[in-house]
Amino acid sequence: MEPIGIAKELQKKFPDSISEITTHRGQVALMVERTPIVEMCRVLKTDYQMNHLNCLCGVDNLSRKMAHGERFEVVYQLYSIQNRVTLRLKAQVPESDPSIDSITCLWSGANWLERETYDFFGIVFNGHPNLQRILTAEGWEGYPLRKEYALRGDTEWKGFIELKEKARQLSKFDFYGAQVEQE
Amino acid sequence: MGLKDINIGLSTGLVDLPEWEKSAAFKDYQELEAATAQEKSGGLGVWLARLEELVAIPVNWGRSNSVWPVTFGLACCAIEQIGSGMARFDISRFGSEVFRASPRQADVLIVSGRVSMKMAPVIKRVYDQLSCPKWVIAMGDCASCGGPFNNYAILQGVDKMLPVDVYVPGCPPRPEALFYGIMALQQKIRATEKLGVREKDS
Ligand code: SF4
Repeated sequence: MEPIGIAKELQKKFPDSISEITTHRGQVALMVERTPIVEMCRVLKTDYQMNHLNCLCGVDNLSRKMAHGERFEVVYQLYSIQNRVTLRLKAQVPESDPSIDSITCLWSGANWLERETYDFFGIVFNGHPNLQRILTAEGWEGYPLRKEYALRGDTEWKGFIELKEKARQLSKFDFYGAQVEQE
Repeated sequence: MGLKDINIGLSTGLVDLPEWEKSAAFKDYQELEAATAQEKSGGLGVWLARLEELVAIPVNWGRSNSVWPVTFGLACCAIEQIGSGMARFDISRFGSEVFRASPRQADVLIVSGRVSMKMAPVIKRVYDQLSCPKWVIAMGDCASCGGPFNNYAILQGVDKMLPVDVYVPGCPPRPEALFYGIMALQQKIRATEKLGVREKDS
C-alpha cells in the first residue's frame, strides 16, 4: 500500500487526532496529537507492517511561523521493511507540558533516541525505563537544542570548573611542581 | 702568559696590575676562585647542576629522537595522524612511530581533533598518566583554538587545560604539517638545558 493510503486509513481510525496530512516530494507526514501516539504506532506496526523505527527526534518550532501546532514536535520516522514504504509522524508537544508517552514498549531501539530527545529538548517520555541524559556530559544544565539556549552555553560546565580546580591542586605534586610553585 | 707566570710577575713587580686585570687568565682565575668558594660553602649542588647541564645535552638529544606518542585520536585529525603512521608518510623517519597503547610508556600526547567537554576529563587523565618528561602537541585548529566549533560542547583549545608545546594549524593538517610539528618539538627538546624541566608548565 502506498504511504498516502496508509495515512488516509489511519486518519479514519483516529479522526480526532490527525490534524493534517502533508506530502512533500513524495514524503508523507502526519501531524498528530500526542495522546494516542503509542496506540497509533502499534496499529501501524501490526496492521501495516511499519516494523522499523528509522529515527526519532525532536524539533523546536519557536521561530518558525506556523498557523497551528505546538512549539515542540517529536518526529517518528517509520519504515516497512516488507513493503518498502516510509511514513512520518509529527507529534505535537506543548511548551507548557513537554511530555509524551514513550514507545519503548514497541521498539526497544527507541530507548536511546528518546533519551537523546530528552537530553537536547527536555521533552519527558512517560514510561521510559531509564530516562537520563545520554550525550551531554554528566551534570549538564539546560537543553542545548532549544532555541533560547546560548551558542556557547549559559555557564561553563561545572565538571570542567571542577577539573581545572583539581588540576591546580594536583600540580603541587607533579614532577615540575616545585617550578610551578616558584612562578 | 700562564697563571703561574702572572703570579710570579705580580709578586716580583714585573707585571702591572691593570694589564693583568684585562687578561683572559684573570677571568679564569676569578671563576676558579668563585667556584672554590661555592664548593667550600656546600657547593655540591652547583656541581650537580653543572653535571646535569652536561648530561642533558646527550640525554635530550636521545630523547628528541624517540618521541613516542600515546595511541590517542579524537576526530577527523586522527585520520591524518593514522595516515602519517602509514608507509606513504612514515612517521618512523622521525623516531615517533611507536604509538604506545599505555600512556605510561609514551612521551608525547598528540591531541588530534576537537576536545568535547565530556572528553576533557579523560584527556586530562591520560595526560596525568604520561610519565615525565612529557610534551603535548595540539594537532589541528580544533585542538589549538576550537576551530570551526564555537559552541557549548567543544573546549575552545586544549591549552585551556594542558600545557601545549607545539600547535599545528590546519583542518586537518597534512601529515607533513604534523611532521613539521614533531620536528619543532624535537628542536625544543634538544634546546632544553635541564634534564627533566621545561620552561613553563600549566
Ligand atoms: S581541525 Fe578540522 S580536521 Fe581537525 S578535528 Fe577539527 S574539524 Fe576535524
